Amino acid sequence: MTIIGLVIVLSMIIMMVLGPWVSPYDPTKSNVSPPPNPSPPNADFPLGTNLLGQDMLSRVLCGGTIMLQVALLSVLFCFIIGVPVGLLASYAGGIIDKIFTLVMDSFYAFPGLVLAIAIAAMMGRGVVNMALSIAVVYVPSYYRIVRSQVLTIKELPYTEAARATGARGRTILLRYILPNVIPSIVVVATVNFADAILTAAGLTFVGLGVGIDIPDWGWDLTKGRELLPSGAWWVITFPGIMIVLLALGFTLIGEGLSELLNPRLEQ
Amino acid sequence: MISLPLLEIDSLTVDYRTRRGNIRAVNNVSFTLEKGEMLGLVGESGSGKSTLGLSIIRLVPHPGVIVNGHIKIDGTDILNLSEEEMRAIRGKKVAFVFQDPMTSLSPVKKIGAHFVELIRTHEPDINKEEALKRAMATLNDVGILPERINDYPHQFSGGMRQRILIALAIALNPDLIIADEPTTALDVIVQAKTLDLLKSLRDTHGMALILITHDLSIVLERCNKILVMYAGDFVEYADSKELHRNPEHPYTRGLLRSIPNVELADQKLEAIPGSPPDLLNPPKGCHFWPRCSYANGKCRVEKPPITESNLGHFVRCFKENV
Repeated sequence: MTIIGLVIVLSMIIMMVLGPWVSPYDPTKSNVSPPPNPSPPNADFPLGTNLLGQDMLSRVLCGGTIMLQVALLSVLFCFIIGVPVGLLASYAGGIIDKIFTLVMDSFYAFPGLVLAIAIAAMMGRGVVNMALSIAVVYVPSYYRIVRSQVLTIKELPYTEAARATGARGRTILLRYILPNVIPSIVVVATVNFADAILTAAGLTFVGLGVGIDIPDWGWDLTKGRELLPSGAWWVITFPGIMIVLLALGFTLIGEGLSELLNPRLEQ
Repeated sequence: MISLPLLEIDSLTVDYRTRRGNIRAVNNVSFTLEKGEMLGLVGESGSGKSTLGLSIIRLVPHPGVIVNGHIKIDGTDILNLSEEEMRAIRGKKVAFVFQDPMTSLSPVKKIGAHFVELIRTHEPDINKEEALKRAMATLNDVGILPERINDYPHQFSGGMRQRILIALAIALNPDLIIADEPTTALDVIVQAKTLDLLKSLRDTHGMALILITHDLSIVLERCNKILVMYAGDFVEYADSKELHRNPEHPYTRGLLRSIPNVELADQKLEAIPGSPPDLLNPPKGCHFWPRCSYANGKCRVEKPPITESNLGHFVRCFKENV
């Protein structure tokens, strides 16, 4: 499963890297095809064109970068915020743990996408802003995983044994607890990656993505939806398939990793 | 010059302050341990023996509190030390071997990393290579192939892991090792081997050893001294030969009678009737009287004092030679 996921994700990344060189037309240039537009798939434009007369094949080849950047950044933000906060708060325990858990849990009260849209709308467009608004939605799940792991590991004999050898609190947290938490976080991160891609698509869909001049599957979805009633299925289908594939790839990696990193299934 | 005992515990009292009430896990226990001595600390679950062991490194788990007494190591009362000074004692002067070898090693750390962590906590000047070299020598001492230093804990069996834990305990040449039921999780043959290993390490390294166990039979033949605890109380303390030959407390006698003896084929194994008291509401007087066949009216109201019946043989009972 991990292999299939890896193959999907890697080939997508290769495609995005090579996209600008192999795409037959400039994906940002309008009216590369003579009207009428959108035109269905044909010999010159294998995936058809959109309303602006842009080549869909070129846009599909180049359009994944924004989404991947947003997803990567948001996972990175989640990691940077969720893991240390979760570690420290739950290791400290008591009132600190209670306060942080309450705050984090309150994020769950909002539907994720709605919250991300609200935050993105507040902060304005841009890759970093999109990533941040997605991170806000997913930090609580990191916090929760880290917390539950810390609470378990904190009571395990090997942390007690470490304490009995004179280890400092800091050492126990960084050398004994953190390495045992990492596997679970990696799994959450990969699953979260897929979610982040879909949320990024959602943000672009409601017009909070980057500009129209940058090829992006999310934008093509938005525009394609408007064209769908007129029968132009190709504008929405191909970017849609790409988003689903990328999300699927990351989900498969996550599933595979969680099996791989489970020590009981090792060997 | 009189040499100080290695460990001197004086009227130690430890409470667990639970929501349902105060539990006195260790009640006014005193004893001393000389350098190189091997003490068996015997009692059933809930007798306070593990709590007593953990108090010596000041790691009684929450909500446990040491409410009274002194614990002196080489004459220094550790209850007055700062946390930082205490850390310097743990692992270096007093090492602890825990009960469950399966979970006492971090599953994501190689065996060598455990040693490096321990050695460099106490001797920060030592570099990693040197620490690993020392680790390999120590592993060799406990009968684990030194090459296996780069293996992970899950690649070892339970008995091997317990030997690794013992190696970790002796790595810094402590003066005292406290082993809390080190063999309970192991099968009988590995159990005997592990105990013999501990004993031979004590002989070669000259460290003192406190062996905490619920099984009197395994300490009788290996330890010099035996301390029996019951429901937080000091019950009996004596040389192990003396205790075997001449047990005075009814509880100790009961424990001895419940050890099978192959030479006396027709001997019936006797169990001590009843179960240990609820420490939230301990019985008045002697904690053992509800299960004691010798109990009289006095035992129910007054706690017996500790008396020295023979030289170095202390017992907490009203009866003399019951």
